[in-house]
Amino acid sequence: MIMTKTITIDGNTIPFEDGQTIMEAATAAGVYIPHLCHNPEYTPHGSCKLCTIRVNGRVCSACTFPAAEGQDVLNNTKDLNDDRQKITQMLFVEGNHFCPSCEKTGNCQLQAVAYYLNMFDDHFPLFYPNRNMDASHPDVLIDHNRCIFCTLCVRASQQKDGKDVFAISGRGINKHLIVNAQSGLLKDTDLEASDQSAHICPTGAILIKRTGYTVPIGERIYDHKQIDEVALAESGSRPDSALPPSMAVAKEIDHG
Amino acid sequence: MQQFIQNLAEKNQYQATHLLEILREIQSRYHYIPADAIELLAPLLKIQRTQIISVVEFYSFFTDSPRGQYELLISDSITDHMLGKQPLMAYIADKLQVSIGGVRGDGLVSLDNTSCSGMCDQGPAGLVNGHALTRLDPPRIDAIAELINQQIPLADWPAEFFQVDDNIYKPGLLLSQGIVHGQALKMAMARGLKATLQEIDQSGLRGRGGAGFKTAMKWQFCSEEAETERYVVCNADEGEPGTFKDRVLLNSYAHQVFEGMTLCAAIIGAKQGFLYLRGEYLHLVDKLQSVLDERRQFGLLGNNILDRLNFDIEIRLGAGAYICGEESALIESLEGKAGIPRNRPPYPVSQGYLGKPTVVNNVETFYAAAAIAVNGGDWFASVGTVKSKGTKILSICGDCSKPGIYEYPFGTSIQTVLNDCGASDVLGVQIGGPSGTFISNQEFDRKLAFEDLATGGSFIVFNNSRNILDIAHNFTHFFAHESCGFCTPCRVGTSLLKKQLDKIVEGHGSAGDVVALEELCQLVKTHSHCGLGQTAANPVLTTLERYPELYQSQLKLISYEPGFDLDAALETARRMANRDDAGAHLAQTDVE
Repeated sequence: MIMTKTITIDGNTIPFEDGQTIMEAATAAGVYIPHLCHNPEYTPHGSCKLCTIRVNGRVCSACTFPAAEGQDVLNNTKDLNDDRQKITQMLFVEGNHFCPSCEKTGNCQLQAVAYYLNMFDDHFPLFYPNRNMDASHPDVLIDHNRCIFCTLCVRASQQKDGKDVFAISGRGINKHLIVNAQSGLLKDTDLEASDQSAHICPTGAILIKRTGYTVPIGERIYDHKQIDEVALAESGSRPDSALPPSMAVAKEIDHG
Repeated sequence: MQQFIQNLAEKNQYQATHLLEILREIQSRYHYIPADAIELLAPLLKIQRTQIISVVEFYSFFTDSPRGQYELLISDSITDHMLGKQPLMAYIADKLQVSIGGVRGDGLVSLDNTSCSGMCDQGPAGLVNGHALTRLDPPRIDAIAELINQQIPLADWPAEFFQVDDNIYKPGLLLSQGIVHGQALKMAMARGLKATLQEIDQSGLRGRGGAGFKTAMKWQFCSEEAETERYVVCNADEGEPGTFKDRVLLNSYAHQVFEGMTLCAAIIGAKQGFLYLRGEYLHLVDKLQSVLDERRQFGLLGNNILDRLNFDIEIRLGAGAYICGEESALIESLEGKAGIPRNRPPYPVSQGYLGKPTVVNNVETFYAAAAIAVNGGDWFASVGTVKSKGTKILSICGDCSKPGIYEYPFGTSIQTVLNDCGASDVLGVQIGGPSGTFISNQEFDRKLAFEDLATGGSFIVFNNSRNILDIAHNFTHFFAHESCGFCTPCRVGTSLLKKQLDKIVEGHGSAGDVVALEELCQLVKTHSHCGLGQTAANPVLTTLERYPELYQSQLKLISYEPGFDLDAALETARRMANRDDAGAHLAQTDVE
């Protein structure tokens, strides 16, 4: 008989395999842990801190912390969700996020996670940073106002596209996304619209031009489903599609 | 430029790990990092230009636009402020006709603030083109202005401007008896390396950077790793404001520090070591290099040390980033990257420099370990407390008559320390720097110990003329400036803390604002990725706990007030409309 190793999350016993993070074990077992910088297809980053959990009382990031026998994990608690809501509010006030005028609305994970966490206001004073847009590329737009420094585009470019188009530069509150061109402009990089890195952005910071409204507002992913349902469905058996992840999920949901 | 960059890359064997060294030389020559230099360098080092840009934009000592030929930076530590930094800065700006943060029109001189430069016992201090300046006052500024205006090279400036004193006032167990060069290694070899590790274990030595991990255990873990390529790193990125004991250890006891590193290398099986020295201590480099050379000549470093060991040490300089004192950020920096703390596990003992097992210890830890190898574990463990063995070297500064270096057995009371350093009329003491604890004058019977008041060495005394809120304000701004920006709670949280505290200090706080401040503190402390964020709220939390009435008294008796000056915000509009009548002004609140 094979002994299955287990952890508990909010009192429920969850199996795990050696080498899995707590996020991976939880997702496989159908337990949602809020996250933004995590994407199961890429090396975990651990920076957004939305997946903060308590492991035997200690605060950890679920996306990077390895599962180990006997861990008692707290995830879906009021205290943690209250703090996650505040961390989400921090992401909102730090940038310029105006959902009603953003073409990503309804498909945006930042917005969706905010809904999931019952965020109804900004709570903190807004920073109103002065950030630019880069519309130089024929097919792809960067709106720095919406970047949350999750590095998914950086990782996707390196790990999936075999390129090195994006990087995060700067320090502290002055962090910002840069692109790999002498001119500093996206048009001078080797980015193509079909690259994974052009589609991975959880917010509206990197957008494919001329596709913003092909799916009308009201019919978008998170207009109908909570982000936890979508994330778990996505983790199920989604084929490695060339389509943008958001579209792939939308399709699955349509046909599922 | 092409030839210069080519030579520089060649000198550094085209190693991307040497990126900081290379950029330091470029900055030193051009007084900024030209975009063209980045384009030339990237292919030579076989890295992306984005890696170079991210390093340039991360470290305070690199700039992407030209600074003056004389880059003047003035230390912004609270201790410099207490010594009159603020009026002095205005004096410098006026004397040199340069704005703070700006470059003078002729490009000759630039002026800016920098985080604590580690000269708190002889401030106000600064840096000129990276070289430490001490004891700045108006006459000295007048002289410096003259030297700059006449474009006199730094080498021809009066030596006393750069003089850095040790100021050792109270040597204890370690400082009063040094070891003979090579003695620790010889005794370790004679006794056996395993038995020597046991002595270190027996001594109870814990990491002196402040966290206090057991040194023997760290060395043991590293030595047990399957990977045999291992590294020893000495953390001399002494950035905690108010700390300068490593500066003194490296200035006067470098042999013993290097001996401790070599001992560690013998025990864990490392062939290469690094001294990661904060950029502010550039003045120590030549001296340290000659100590390394001497050790090579004595057969205590390099190939065939005591016929048993191959090990060498390389000095690497930082470039102005407090976060690099965090061990995994330091390792990133050693690898030529921005100093962003890694996710743990894996810990550096299993995956450190270049992913290989690495021991990172503080300067004082290696210094003590060498002495323990000579004198034995019991010698060290005979002083201190049950949980904190041995002695601690303190850097004492602030309001006392004898700021400098003091060594005490753990368990010594704060009152004893205050008596020795000549402090009177004391309001409180900041122990362990901004990331540590503020204690009030009701708590001076508390003890120096990991189990009571842990400190990496910073001990700042404040007398009753000082304002608690000024202290919290300085420290809170420091953390916002030094946050690496990796994780949300610290990146955004430290800036929010700064805004919220400013709002209260500037008198715009209203009823709920202290509660909001405290709530924010808890959030940043609980959820931040590394020690910087986890301690960034300590200045507010520890003072708020002790002086709640002080914070409350800053508040206005109204339920809400905006965090900014409404009337001032209208200034631009007034100018554009060319109006200044009563209707063009707004009261801050209806109450007023």
